[in-house]
Amino acid sequence: MRYEVPETVDAAVALLAAANGSARILAGGTDLLVQLRAGLVEPDVVVDIKKISQTRQVTAQDGGFRVGAAVTGAELDEHPDLKKNWPGVVEAAELIGSTQVQGRATMGGNLCNASPAADSVPALIAAAATCQIAGPDGERTVPVESICTGPGKTILGTGEFVVSLILPARPPHSGDAYLRFIPRTEMDIAVVGVGVSLTLDGAGQCIAARVGLGAVAATALLVTEAADALVGTAVDEGAVEKMQQAVRAACRPIDDKRGTIAYRTQVSGVLAGRACRIALERAGEH
Amino acid sequence: MAAVEKIIENRIDDKTTDSKALKWVGTRAPRPDGVDKVTGRAKFGADTHLPNMLIGKVLRSPHAHARILSIDPSAALALPGVKAVVTRDDFPDQPAGAVQPAGEMIINYRDMTRNIMAREKALYEGHAVAAVAAVSDRVAGQALTLIKVDYEVLPHVIDVDEAMGADAPLIQEDLITEGMDPAPEKPSNIAKRVEFGHGDIETGFSQAQVVIEREFKTRPVHQGYIEPHACLASFSEDGQADLWCSTQGHYVARGHCATLLGMDVSKLRVTSSEIGGGFGGKTVVYLEPVALALSRKACQPVKMVMTRDEVFRASGPACGTSMQVRIGATREGKITAGDATLKFQAGAFAGSPVPAAAMCAFAPYDLEHVRSVGYDVLVNRPKVAAYRAPGAPLGEYAVESVIDELAKALELDPIEFRLLNAVREGVDSSYGPKFGPIGCIQTLEAARDHDHYQTPLGSGQGRGVATGYWFNIGGQTSATLNLSEDGSVALVVGTPDIGGSRASLAMMTAETLGIELDKVRPLVGDTSALGYNMLTGGSRVTFAGGIAVVGAAEDLIRQLCERAALTWDLPLDDVEWIEGEARPANGRAGSEAPMSMAEIAKDMAKSGGPIVGRHSTNAQGAGPSFGTHVVDVDVDRETGRVSVTRYTVVQDAGKAIHPGYVEGQYQGGAVQGIGWALNEEYIYDEKGKIENAGFLDYRVPVCSDVPMIDTVIVEVPNPEHPYGVRGVGETPIVPPLAAISNAVENALGIRFTELPMSPPRVLAAIEQAG
Repeated sequence: MRYEVPETVDAAVALLAAANGSARILAGGTDLLVQLRAGLVEPDVVVDIKKISQTRQVTAQDGGFRVGAAVTGAELDEHPDLKKNWPGVVEAAELIGSTQVQGRATMGGNLCNASPAADSVPALIAAAATCQIAGPDGERTVPVESICTGPGKTILGTGEFVVSLILPARPPHSGDAYLRFIPRTEMDIAVVGVGVSLTLDGAGQCIAARVGLGAVAATALLVTEAADALVGTAVDEGAVEKMQQAVRAACRPIDDKRGTIAYRTQVSGVLAGRACRIALERAGEH
Repeated sequence: MAAVEKIIENRIDDKTTDSKALKWVGTRAPRPDGVDKVTGRAKFGADTHLPNMLIGKVLRSPHAHARILSIDPSAALALPGVKAVVTRDDFPDQPAGAVQPAGEMIINYRDMTRNIMAREKALYEGHAVAAVAAVSDRVAGQALTLIKVDYEVLPHVIDVDEAMGADAPLIQEDLITEGMDPAPEKPSNIAKRVEFGHGDIETGFSQAQVVIEREFKTRPVHQGYIEPHACLASFSEDGQADLWCSTQGHYVARGHCATLLGMDVSKLRVTSSEIGGGFGGKTVVYLEPVALALSRKACQPVKMVMTRDEVFRASGPACGTSMQVRIGATREGKITAGDATLKFQAGAFAGSPVPAAAMCAFAPYDLEHVRSVGYDVLVNRPKVAAYRAPGAPLGEYAVESVIDELAKALELDPIEFRLLNAVREGVDSSYGPKFGPIGCIQTLEAARDHDHYQTPLGSGQGRGVATGYWFNIGGQTSATLNLSEDGSVALVVGTPDIGGSRASLAMMTAETLGIELDKVRPLVGDTSALGYNMLTGGSRVTFAGGIAVVGAAEDLIRQLCERAALTWDLPLDDVEWIEGEARPANGRAGSEAPMSMAEIAKDMAKSGGPIVGRHSTNAQGAGPSFGTHVVDVDVDRETGRVSVTRYTVVQDAGKAIHPGYVEGQYQGGAVQGIGWALNEEYIYDEKGKIENAGFLDYRVPVCSDVPMIDTVIVEVPNPEHPYGVRGVGETPIVPPLAAISNAVENALGIRFTELPMSPPRVLAAIEQAG
């Protein structure tokens, strides 16, 4: 196994393309190193993208943010403006692993590891985040909800990798939130995760909403029916209840050691309601 | 008895309470192993290395139950770098009935040799089938894939009630239940029936106005020690061997290994490492005899370390159970009868702690009519190992749940109801012996009067109480005090230090000798250093080890006085030992300047040579310990998650030699109980394979899952110990299961009769209750 540390996007793409599918990308490594040690993956080459400056920076862009794929959870937390604009996204990223893991774990890795239970992904979906992908044929931009196609599977082709995540500009009266359910209080994997993002008008009517749902299907889901239940309402209890029903209807979970179908479906609605109330409160503050 | 009873609240500043006469006992002295542990210098099981060391790995059964038709290691042996392969053929079979007590469990060597290496059948997923030693981890791993094993897969059984069924697959085809009269004619999975009690329960129930009967079910749990099993074995060509391992008892491990390998016990020297948790799970051997067998074949040292996955699949666990409990009481709150039937999963071999569970179940109560029946049942799971008060938390979970329900039915405060029925000195215990001085009532009263119990609950919260009991044990113990030429002493003991015993044993030594604590260096010697020592378990070490070190100190004092008498030309009777020095006594008091230990040591060559204090004992008179726990919980009604918001442990220590360590034991037991009650369980698939063999999905509590655990140390001295010590390590895990279940009932009005009370189970119950 070779370990490569390219310093440019082009060099990384060249290495990945040359490896012909047997390469793995190393960002924080909090999933990859575990998989390597457990013998689950045996790549010919590991391409560390952390020396590529674009992957390690958070920059303002079009009123929003471009977040490098290899920016760590701890760095997201320390960014002066990011948490103010997208508290739900940052909180979701901060739930990944322990304090020590936060010094390594990245949203790019969390997304591309393609676990249905990845914490940052439902929050990114709710935020309408997009991915800037580099590859042999140049760059393309893809919505976060389109990246994963199943557990461990993404749309990324040979030679491609996610360079940055783009969080859009925040209109006034906007708020987002992410909640997950775990049996413990930390150091665990989501049984259900829900991200909600809302924008209100000056009168408190919801004019835009997005709901992302994790750990209840093969990939994290964008639940448009849930968002539709909120838009045009004052996000009153009746609207929230309809949103919860839409969330539960969208669930396609499995029975496994982490939770039953019935439990996941029920709790997804509970968390959606709670996340929605937090997002609403935050929208009222801005 | 003029017992001095007192209670220590957990404040850091109570260096001494009433112990004016005691300089070290009862203080929070620095721990002698502390610096090495925080600097990383301490050597644990995997930290010993030798030149030419090989790496050993185990091939494990992928099947829950399968006959092993053949094992062909030839391809593995042909792989370059592979130095040895061992299978069932490398271990002599053991005679039936080769049974011996070891700690709190019984060892049957015919079973043990089959557990460390499968013979006729693989009896659980993860059962060792073969092992290799190779030049590297990688080669050893590759070699495992080349060993060809032909299995005939058999039907398996995981659940204890199913295993007791008439048509259950038989795990041992020739097993006839012990303890039945008449003995059954047909084999079954029921290894043993035990019964304890006295009186006539039907008479008792006829006197009851309220009777409550419930059935309970619990899942197996793992001890959850952080350090995996690890050892290094080195066999020489002449048949002498060394073993380094993480164990609770290196003498016991030596005996097991020598028996399994068919060698003289004294040809094997075992050195115990620092231990990263054991809780009973490191009282037996798994890798050790295998590493020795590989080393014997390869004539090279062999290191073996389990992965976490192997720890879960092949070591421990504690039993899963199915239990029925019936208790009756009068309207006034006097319990008239108690009856329990406890069915415990033993794993693939007999020997669950169901006898101890049956003995402890009703131990807190003074009952005229009581019976507890236990069944030891084989299932296709790893053989259970001891886990902190083995069995007791389970039986008491069932009994204390019903006690709580009875208190509610009788509209009595749960602590007052217990006090109305609690045992005291002189009462016949539910399992037989008459109690000596005990602190059951004192812990209940201290819990009742504690600020926690007096503080009103928050909205939606629930509070639970439970009382628990554990016997504690004594046993064979040796200690040596080697006097150095400067008057300091090396204290050598043979019990691995799990819960602070180097500190407590050094403190009792310094106290008895009357010297400074830092003049005593406590060490755990290897098996050649001392006479026999039973393992660290049964909460026995501060009790039995205390008797041994005080005896060794007294032996040393006697010799020091002899040397002073010789120097002063006085009869021995005219010399006394006071405050760490020899003084002329009686009519000769003041006739000579006192001689300190340093002065006697300096001239010991002239006065007769090296001075060594020794004591060996089979310590008797362990003091049982009662504890009462109070716990508050919050339940998220929408997700079913239970949060523990406040927790107080009250327990009788007899005498807390080192209160900080005693509190640590109380807190640790409570935390393990919280995990057991709320989230810990093995999850099996339909093929009998474990689905959660790791700490991600086997959920022990993390720090943020538990509140600060308050502790109250009650001290009702044990008259059989020089400083009054009872064991404290095990009782703390006995009450939590029931206390938390009772708290959840108090919060929700729903009685749970299954553990763990995991969020899906709690939410389903809430929804069902509407």
